[in-house]
Amino acid sequence: MPSCPPGLVLCDLSGVTGALRAALAGLVPEWAILLAMALVGVLALMAFLLPSQLGTVWIERRLIARMQVRRGPNRAGPWGLLQPVADAVKVLAKEAITPAAADRWVFWTAPIVAYVPAMLTYAVLPFGPNMTFVDLHIGVLYLISVSSLSVIAVFMAGWSSSNKYSLLGAMRAVAQMISYEIPMVLSVVGVLMLAGTMQTTQIVERQIASGVWYVLLQPLGCLIFFIAGLAELNRTPTDIMEAESEIVAGYHTEYSGMKFSLFYVAEYTHALAFCGIIATLFFGGWASSPGLDLLPPWIWVLVKIYFFFLVMVWIRGTIPRLRIDQLMDFAWKFLIPLSLANVLITGVEVVLAPQGTLTLGLPMALIVILNLVLGVILLVGWAKLLSGSPRKPAATWRWQMEH
Amino acid sequence: MYGLGIAKGMLLTLKHIFRAPTTEQYPEEALRLFPRFRGFDFAWDIERCTGCASCAKACPHGVIVIETRPGHYGKYEVVRFDINRANCMFCALCVEACPYEALHMGSARECASYAYDGLWIDRDQLVNQWYNEQIRVKERMPSSLVRPQFDAGRRSFPHIPKVGEASG
Repeated sequence: MPSCPPGLVLCDLSGVTGALRAALAGLVPEWAILLAMALVGVLALMAFLLPSQLGTVWIERRLIARMQVRRGPNRAGPWGLLQPVADAVKVLAKEAITPAAADRWVFWTAPIVAYVPAMLTYAVLPFGPNMTFVDLHIGVLYLISVSSLSVIAVFMAGWSSSNKYSLLGAMRAVAQMISYEIPMVLSVVGVLMLAGTMQTTQIVERQIASGVWYVLLQPLGCLIFFIAGLAELNRTPTDIMEAESEIVAGYHTEYSGMKFSLFYVAEYTHALAFCGIIATLFFGGWASSPGLDLLPPWIWVLVKIYFFFLVMVWIRGTIPRLRIDQLMDFAWKFLIPLSLANVLITGVEVVLAPQGTLTLGLPMALIVILNLVLGVILLVGWAKLLSGSPRKPAATWRWQMEH
Repeated sequence: MYGLGIAKGMLLTLKHIFRAPTTEQYPEEALRLFPRFRGFDFAWDIERCTGCASCAKACPHGVIVIETRPGHYGKYEVVRFDINRANCMFCALCVEACPYEALHMGSARECASYAYDGLWIDRDQLVNQWYNEQIRVKERMPSSLVRPQFDAGRRSFPHIPKVGEASG
């Protein structure tokens, strides 16, 4: 722990588990200690997640309301703070309806399948130097594979509802999420090449060691990752799978009560996890800015997570929903070529300046500026190239009438 | 330049966060009513009414019932002028039909009633300004919905006495 002043207990919460482990050693068998550690870890995660799941809903509703010059929920409690609690009570008291034609087992398991991967993501998210639940060596691979599991839940829900809108939403979701998986993974590849490891804690350590957050070395990758992540999360610019103005509510049209709210909570859990991932990969995880070292590292992680959540709310309040063909075009024609180019550029840089040779200084600054310029050139150039050859309009009946 | 539109939009929403919300907290705050607001009430000028029943004929639901008898100076005396608000859809066709600008839409609100009887307005109620506790005196002024010329300044009946002056 390099940046932790002595005597500050809050700095490293892993001291709690360490002390507990030392106290239990010899008293109980090893498996009991491991079980106790796991329970403490789950408790700590829950202490972050449960208030966040309620709080983010409130934050999002209030903030979007203010962006639309409304007030937002303000009746339950001061500033409407108790609104999520009231919603939770309402949802718990609601009748659990299963459509007569639904596939009961799949219908009932789909919310659980949606919620579990969202929780699993937190296992490898580093909240501090020793505060990772499981420090896997293939952390990033695990993150990518787990976060793409939620598409199965969506398709289960859409298929088992035997509702055409649900099925439409599910089909859209599968098409969209599989398409956006590719640019997302490709944009992470740049970070992995720079860090030379897939371990999430190690990626943060490398960023601290090199003194530069990877967002500076990978501006294009970060942007692609953020956009693709928004699509993965089905947040508003890309929420075609539950587009309420087209297909009632998409895959969860038939869901009510607690089953619906599990989907809802899973969405926010996933969103927070994604914010954590982008903070870890591109924004230095628990790394603090110089001068503010006194704040504990886990506070930095939370600050970054909530910052990205606010950005996502901001985007949701601004950009209208895209059509499915626009969305697919954007993934396949724009994001994937750009992320491939990003991988190529990063590869060249890594070969020219191998891991560890670069420290803070002029060469680093040059590379940062070069990457930024290349990113802008690629973005603008590719957009110009694509828009330079507009698709010819299909031969419509009007065209046929005229000729 | 690409993406500028998105940046503009993002800035706009950011600016909106710091604007005062336009929402009115209705039960606690009084609503701002516009002069052309069409409420659940009518304003009727007994001095201008000739009892011609154009309004009753224009009403698509037959909501208005008028009874007249010969009065002084060769005029009709209106003895009954009932409006059944239960069937009224507030289309203002009666107001348009009135040749003497005697009938207007009112701007009262919160006019729900527990019984059908409460939804009837009869002649005496139309003449009195304070016939119903639900309808505040201030709100019994003609709406300028059909007659925008009222926006200019004529906000209440010149003929109807102010509160306190009325004989009842």
